[in-house]
Amino acid sequence: MAQSIFSDELNAYLAEWKDKPGNLIMILHRVQEEFGYVSREAADEVSRQLGIPLATIWGVLTFYHFFKLNKPGKYNIQVCLGTACYLKGGDIIIDELGKELGLTVGGLTEDGKFSLEAVRCVGCCGLAPVMTISGEVFGKVTKNQIAGILDKFA
Amino acid sequence: MIHLTVQGIEVEVPEGATVLEAARKAGIKIPTLCYHPDLKPFGSCGLCVCKQEGSKKILRACSTPAAEGMKIITHDHDLYEVRRTILELTMSTHPSSCLLCTKNNKCELQKLAIEYGVREQPFEVRLAEDKKDRSTGAIVLDPEKCIKCGRCVQVCQGLQGVYALEFIGRGDKTTMSPAAHLPLNDSPCIKCGQCVTHCPVGAIYEQDHTSELMKAIADPEKVVAVQIAPAVRVAIGEEFGLKPGEISTKKLYTALRRIGCDYVFDTNFGADLTIMEEGYELLDRIKNGGMMPQITSCCPGWVDYAEKYYPDLLENLSSAKSPMMMQGAITKTYWSEKSGIDKKKIYSVAIMPCTAKKTEISRDGEHASSSGEKDVDLVLTTREIARVIASRGIDFANLPETDADDPIGEYTGAGTIFGVTGGVMEAAIRTAYFGLTGKELADPEIKLVRGLDNVKRGEVDVDGRKVRVAIVHGMGSAKELLEKIRADKAAGRESDLDFIEIMACRGGCIAGGGQPYGTDDEVREERTAGLYTDDEKSVKRCSHQNPSIKKIYSDYLGAPLSEKSHHLLHTEYKEVPVYKQ
Repeated sequence: MAQSIFSDELNAYLAEWKDKPGNLIMILHRVQEEFGYVSREAADEVSRQLGIPLATIWGVLTFYHFFKLNKPGKYNIQVCLGTACYLKGGDIIIDELGKELGLTVGGLTEDGKFSLEAVRCVGCCGLAPVMTISGEVFGKVTKNQIAGILDKFA
Repeated sequence: MIHLTVQGIEVEVPEGATVLEAARKAGIKIPTLCYHPDLKPFGSCGLCVCKQEGSKKILRACSTPAAEGMKIITHDHDLYEVRRTILELTMSTHPSSCLLCTKNNKCELQKLAIEYGVREQPFEVRLAEDKKDRSTGAIVLDPEKCIKCGRCVQVCQGLQGVYALEFIGRGDKTTMSPAAHLPLNDSPCIKCGQCVTHCPVGAIYEQDHTSELMKAIADPEKVVAVQIAPAVRVAIGEEFGLKPGEISTKKLYTALRRIGCDYVFDTNFGADLTIMEEGYELLDRIKNGGMMPQITSCCPGWVDYAEKYYPDLLENLSSAKSPMMMQGAITKTYWSEKSGIDKKKIYSVAIMPCTAKKTEISRDGEHASSSGEKDVDLVLTTREIARVIASRGIDFANLPETDADDPIGEYTGAGTIFGVTGGVMEAAIRTAYFGLTGKELADPEIKLVRGLDNVKRGEVDVDGRKVRVAIVHGMGSAKELLEKIRADKAAGRESDLDFIEIMACRGGCIAGGGQPYGTDDEVREERTAGLYTDDEKSVKRCSHQNPSIKKIYSDYLGAPLSEKSHHLLHTEYKEVPVYKQ
């Protein structure tokens, strides 16, 4: 057997959940937690270990926006486009980030540092418009603050 | 039994029946697009909406169980409006270029649009922009025409157990496609074409090769030699208004000559030859302790599936080529020599009920060119040849009958039943019995191998020796049996079976992916009855009795499994990754 690309902990998790119904989504969550996304290789490995066809796994991965199929940047930027943030100009934030980084939504900078995604509500609508960078939340963001915020991650 | 009324008509249905089935029994047609009798109800299209008297709640007839005392309304003004809106919405993501579609006149959506008098598209039309997938060379996926009913996914996963197609993405971006945006040819697809025959619209269809045939016919340098598969003869008539199961063999021979084919042969001869080789291979395995059980190999969908999913069982597959490939090899060797026509000039065409056959002609490298040329140059499905015949202005239903050309057109009843599930087994037993005992079976009909049960098992008494057989059809039905063989083999246990027939399509080739549209179990039974009638009417019913088969062995091949036979009539299998990338 080829060496597993998963950590021992992840393999143990798969073994524990292998035969339990409804395991696939939980396992894919756990895979994404380890790698930051679910690569084709990781999906193949899950398919092999669980005996679930790759097509089924791919169907799940592409159904839920939560799952990422591409490697995120070192710093993943999420801009909220939920109702409140959208009304408060979330799209302007995206445009500005795009200009600063040369990115479109779903993209990754050439140096692999930043990736950009649009999300639906991060749960603090009072701070709209909101963006997060690798988990750190920035509220009431204005266009002019963007360059400064990015500098913190230089 | 459950009693209910549908539109006021009293009807009685068995426990577990749906409202849709009850309505059909009452003679009321509820429109459907995602429902298909081969599949579990899916409830995605929403056209089968109905109500109960006194309730405003809308039910889906396909997935609502009939209950005692129900009073079902299937048609009233509200439901008409709902259905019409659903049709209009469906059409807002479907092109209206029907004239350019392979399903024109046979499309279920088109038929409903006509019935409901849809003349305008009130909603903005937004078509999917994904490109057509022609990667397999056998079937084409056209996402632009897909109405996302899900039948193809259900067929591919449920009926066939292949898992090439899945719902990828969500919402209006959903596509029925392979994992990881791969082309179909790099996916587990076995090219069986069951998605094609189940698609209600023209979103999946056979790769059309009719112009290749027309070019070959028009080329004065080429001698076009055509063969027709067993299952084609009982289905092609449907394209010209005849009933399913009506035997059109000799009309088809005539039609092929009239469109310009130079010689008309019959794959049934190849089937008789397959039985000689495969039957004697079985005897050889039994007598000499070869790998058991032996599994048939004439279905290219099954061979494809085995190479991907069961590489550990490939040595169980009979090394005998399929009847089509044998017929092709013999056409360009034995017949070429006999007729004095240079094999380089022969253009060998096969009319098949199958889309996978289109890829089989190049799947096994050198074995597909055992004559030194391509043994089979072109495969057309039943549907394609019907289009060619129609375009030539031929009145198929009223054609005079002619015979196939000698000497590789003569066939027995055993050859003809290859087209139905259990047929290869039955034909093999008829000849194996003779091979083992030197006697003919008193009754050539072996009933236990017949019928539409997913898996048929039994024992055949061959002069005191029990031959344990199993027959599977519908690729998805094979898993349990194959897993058992795999487990036995891995554990070094002797198998409890001697000979297994596997066909990828439910019902066998009569319901193949290249057959006329509209196949369900009723049609399967009618086509099956046609082939059994052809068998019953045959003077000779066992392959080894075929005078032309006897002659090819005495004049050319020597004996079954001879060196020459091995070179021309046998092949090899190799493991193929489930995903090519």
